Order: sequence, then C-alpha cells, then structure tokens
Amino acid sequence: MTTAATVRLQRKGWGSSGSRRSRLWKVVIDGNVVGSIHNKEIAELPVTPGRHSLEVRSMRHLVSPEVPFEVTERQILGFSCHPRSLSPIILPRWIVWLLATLIKNDLWIDLRPTTPARSSGVPTSMAHQQGDVKGDPTGAQREPSNAGSDMRTRAFADARAWGDTRAEPALVVNHLTKRFGERIAFSEVSFEVGHGEVFGFLGPNGAGKTTTVRTLGTLIAPTSGSATVAGIPLSPENGMEIRRRISVMPESPGLYLRLTITENLEFFAGLYGLQKVGDRVKDALEAVNLADRASDLCGGLSKGLRQRVGLARALLSDPTVMFLDEPTSGLDPVAAFEVHDLINGLREKGTTIFLTTHRLDEAEKLCDRVAILNTTLRTVGRPEELRAELFKRALIVKTHAPLSDADQVFKGIPSVNDWSSEGPGSYVLSVSDPEVAAPEVARSLVGSGADVLFIGEAQHSLEDVYLELIDQEAAANPR
Amino acid sequence: MRSLDTTRIRAVIRKELRDYRRNRFIFLTMTIMPFLFLALPMIDVFLIKPSASSAMLDKRLGAALLYMLLIPVLVPATLAAYSVVGEKEQGTLEPLLTTPIRRQDFILGKAAAVMIPALAIAYTVFGLFLATVWLFANPIVASAIFHQGPVLLTQVLFTPLLAGWAIWVGMAVSARANDVRVAQQLSTFASFPPIGLVALISLNVINPSFMLAVVLAGGLLAVDVLALRLVSSLFDPERLVTGMKAVRS
Repeated sequence: MTTAATVRLQRKGWGSSGSRRSRLWKVVIDGNVVGSIHNKEIAELPVTPGRHSLEVRSMRHLVSPEVPFEVTERQILGFSCHPRSLSPIILPRWIVWLLATLIKNDLWIDLRPTTPARSSGVPTSMAHQQGDVKGDPTGAQREPSNAGSDMRTRAFADARAWGDTRAEPALVVNHLTKRFGERIAFSEVSFEVGHGEVFGFLGPNGAGKTTTVRTLGTLIAPTSGSATVAGIPLSPENGMEIRRRISVMPESPGLYLRLTITENLEFFAGLYGLQKVGDRVKDALEAVNLADRASDLCGGLSKGLRQRVGLARALLSDPTVMFLDEPTSGLDPVAAFEVHDLINGLREKGTTIFLTTHRLDEAEKLCDRVAILNTTLRTVGRPEELRAELFKRALIVKTHAPLSDADQVFKGIPSVNDWSSEGPGSYVLSVSDPEVAAPEVARSLVGSGADVLFIGEAQHSLEDVYLELIDQEAAANPR
Repeated sequence: MRSLDTTRIRAVIRKELRDYRRNRFIFLTMTIMPFLFLALPMIDVFLIKPSASSAMLDKRLGAALLYMLLIPVLVPATLAAYSVVGEKEQGTLEPLLTTPIRRQDFILGKAAAVMIPALAIAYTVFGLFLATVWLFANPIVASAIFHQGPVLLTQVLFTPLLAGWAIWVGMAVSARANDVRVAQQLSTFASFPPIGLVALISLNVINPSFMLAVVLAGGLLAVDVLALRLVSSLFDPERLVTGMKAVRS
C-alpha cells in the first residue's frame, strides 16, 4: 500500500484573504480541478506518488503554466502561485486585471516549485490531521494555528478523482454567510460534521436552517465563506459532483401526485443516472416499509406516507450525506417513530445525516451533536456538553411542608453553594457535585425534622438548552 | 457546451409524458383545440367555388392552410408555460434541483416532452386535412391545394420551428413567473408573430414563395437556437427556490 505524498500550494498576492480581490483560484492536478484556494492561503493536496502536473486557474479563466512534478511516498512538495507583478506598475491594478482578462494566456499567474517543505517522516499536513481537536468528531484539524501570520492552511482530500473523501469530515462549513439583499439569512456559520454522524440543526422559524440546507445542497450560492460537502469544495462548478453524493429531503416531500410511488422513484433514479433502477427502487421502498404500496398513486397517500416516499427517494442514490429538513413534520407519533428508526438504521450504515428539526426531543434522541442557529450559530456540541455548559448542576428538593427556616438548613451544608425556593416545599440547590451533596442535604433535612419527599439532580433537556440560548439572544438583542 | 446527458433527458421526457397521460384536462385540451383550428380551413375548402379563378383559389386555400400553423404554436405554449412554474407550485422543483441534473438537460427534457405531443398532433391534424381534401373535396379544389408547393413546404418545415418558438417563449415565461395562470396567459404572446405572418399573407402584404419559406425557416431556426440559450440563462435555481435573485460576492 502506498502512502500519499502531499502538494503544498501557497497563494500569495494582493489584498487580504477575505477581500473581493482574493477571488478563488482553482487548483488543477493532471487536468482535474481538485480544490480551490483563496489569497494568502496554503492548500495541502494529497497525491499518489509518481508524476503529475499542477496548474492554477483564476475565476476569469486565466491560467498559470502547467508545471510537471514528481513526488515520492510521504514527500511534501511545495509550490507557490501569485498574480504576476508587472513592476514597475504604472497602471492601476484593475486595469492590469482588465487587460489580463482580455488577453488570456498563462503569463498572468506565476506558479513555481519552492523548496520541498519536508521529504521524510510524517508530513506536517498529516500531523495536523491526526490532531485531536475538542468538538471535532473526526479528530481532523482543519486549520492549524499559524500565529502571527495571515496565512491559513487547508488540507484537501485526495480529490484528484474525489475518490477517498472519508479522511475528511463529511461537511466542513467555514464562515458561511447568505444574504438576500439587505436581509441576512445566516451569517458567519462554521461547523464540521464527521462521517456517519447525525448532526442536528436547530433554530426558531426564520433562523436560516432551510437556507443553510439549500446552500450546502448547491441550490443557492453563499454570499461569502466556504464549505466542503462530501469532500468536495462548494462552488458552482462542483455543484453536480456534490449533488451526486448527497440527497436532500425538503420539508415538503414534493412528489408527482399523478404518478405512482414507483414511477416517482424511477424518475429520480433516472436523474441520478443510477443503474439497476428496479432493484434500487425496491430496496428504497423496503427500507421505508412501502414495498406493498409501490403501485399506489402518490396523490392518494396520507401525509405520513408521502413523507416516507420522500425518504425513500433520498435513499435511492445511497448518498454520503443526507440532508433531512424537518422529516417528521406533521407526522403522527407512530410515523415519526418509524422515521426515527430509519434514521438510526442509516447511522448504523455510516450515512452522515444533517437533520434540521423543531422537535427537540427528536434531536436529543437521534443526534450525536447539535447546532443551534439563530441567523448566527449560537452553539455546537453534544447535548450533554451543552447542558453542562449552560446550566449549573443543581439538586431538586421537595418536602412535605415548607421548611420553617430553609436558609439555616441549606446554608450550613458545605457542598451547597446557593439555594432558591421554587414554591411551597420545593427548593433548588446549586451544588458542585450532586453525589456528594445529596447525602449531606438529606441528613440536614432529616436533622431539621423535615419530611423529605424527593431529592434528585435537576435534569435539563435539550429544550431547556434551546430556550435558554434563544432567551439569551432575545435579551442581548431586544427588538 | 458540454455534451448532453441523454439518460437524464429521457427520464424527464418519460415522466412528463406519463404526467400528461394521467391528466385528463391536459389530454382533452391538447386534442380538442387543434380540431377547432382544423375547422376553418375545412369550411374554406368545402365552401369555395371551383369555378373561381386560379389565382383566387390559390390565395384563399393558401391562407386557409396557413391557419393550421397556429396548432404547433398554441398546443405547446400552455404546456411549456407550466413546465417550470408548475413544478415550483407542486413543490417538486426543489427535490428535482438537488439531483445531479444539469440545467440544459432539464430544459431540453422539458422542451422535448412538450415538442413530442405538439408535433404528433400538428402533423396528424395536417394529415387528416389533406386526406379529407383528397377523398372528399372537389377535384379542382383538391388539385389546387396539392399544388400549393411553398405553403405545403411551410407547413412541414414550420411546424417544428414554430413549436420550438412557442416552447421557448413558454419556458422563458415559466422560468420567471410566480404563478401558473400568469405564465399560461403570457405564453399566448408566443402566437402573436405567427398570427401576424398569417395575417400579412392573407392581406396580400407578403406573397408566399418557396424562397420566402426557406428564408423564414432559417430565421426561425436561428431564433430557436438563441432562445434555448436565453431560457438557460433565465433558469436561475436560486430565484426559483427562494423567489429572490442570486447575489454573489
């Protein structure tokens, strides 16, 4: 088995990495677009050992010369590219760019090899990828710190054929923003989703959840920021390749009501260019328990059944990443339970699921991690981490009758930090360690002659987390 | 331009034809309307006096035949107008656009699915007309019709070209409209140029000739090719899904 080598490409040039001037350049290896690079960014591209050629293309279709190179196993080969300097420049830069656009040749972008960064041992790029980063389920570090430098490093999968994309997270979203004129749909959203993860995307109505799904599903273009979907950089030219690897189930299943279930699925199988359409359709229908309804017209189905047909359609192409937008919206509990079962089955199969939902119990039950969005991303993490982050640990105490002097009872307990009354005979005690505090509290209550009904740790649901965050947001931005 | 993906185009055509077949309303309007347009030339053919001068016969029969050119314009216009905005209204556009189908494959699939029944109906009606004339009309009148070389050529040549024109106009409207009814009403504008042409020929402003037919066909072909590009550029998935124009940094 060969070990991949790495091409490290550094882009230099005018302006900052986020400026308009730093439009993306496409990185081309052996004639295939394998990624993109912003200004002042370093792209690390794994390649197989052997002979290759490298080229850079600007959005204005200007190209660099094609530079042939040869790499051996684990070698890191450095290249740098930049707009050619026409010094001494008398003309303004925009005129230079205009000329460059009109006169299309390979003289406008300079691409040249630099000294190889390192040629043995573990390449630095791989060392970055092996790093264990908190909150990153894949353990892959996307942006190693580069203190004091404006340069950012990005690692790409061996995207020459976009073959092995499993080394990367299934979704990488980096400062993604979408505006519609003056209205901001979502802003500066960044997160990663690992392969096989069920990722919940929560937020109130109008938070930008569906727009995020549409953006990652290549339906709409982001205003700024970048993303990698199923290992492929999000860009208009990669749209088709991304769509091959994902499936999106919108909130409304969107079925052709005059066609049968099978005909609907056959149509979509055709759009995915699938082989053995009959088998695929049969498998998808069996997965959602609809095999016996295959020849029913969709117009005659209940909402729950239509939702299941929508899910079957999303399963047809065996996608790497599935976007499910409110999949249980409007379903009765039994139908919702079946959908949950199906999502769990997909998780076991290793399918990455991006689930937007309003149902917090659903998110808590199904999702490995959740993100809460309210135009900006409020938080990302595992539900238990979010609970610990937002809520202090507390004990709930209930007594038969209100304590005559609660302050005296609770203040004397060393493990109790604070207390408050929640009603007659009901108290909430702020504690550092409930397991230590509970016996002490019990002893103190019994000592004071109270009839204890209940002592237990306060449990916070994801709903509490959600409401707390939304309340915080409302308090911070009163309208 | 990238090569076309025939698998995906075929999938779109098959789905559309299935959908037409299951929609009784579409099926009826598709078939009834052309027969109404057949009525006028038929009446002309059977009412015209065979004793009329040869020039008069040629003129009236030529103009009557040209009315049938409205069939390939009117049949596809409403279907094409429904093609995009209809998908949007029934909520099927978004799932469709998330599949790996390219814009031009989708548009061509939709256009072909409208073109197929439109041509089938237009040529069938024209064939029926000629058969009826050959079998039942006065031999002098029938002979006059079968000697209308440029007009017959125009029928054969212009039918697909006019259908193409109507489809592109309908799809262009459909790609930008927010309501099916508005799209279908606006798509009737597609029939104005051919109606104008028929009127000019009927009023003797333009004399139909073989050369004129070929030149007009060439012009219409060029318009159809340009219209495909125009429709492609009007088809903006972001606008269709969100109702707002794409704004890129």
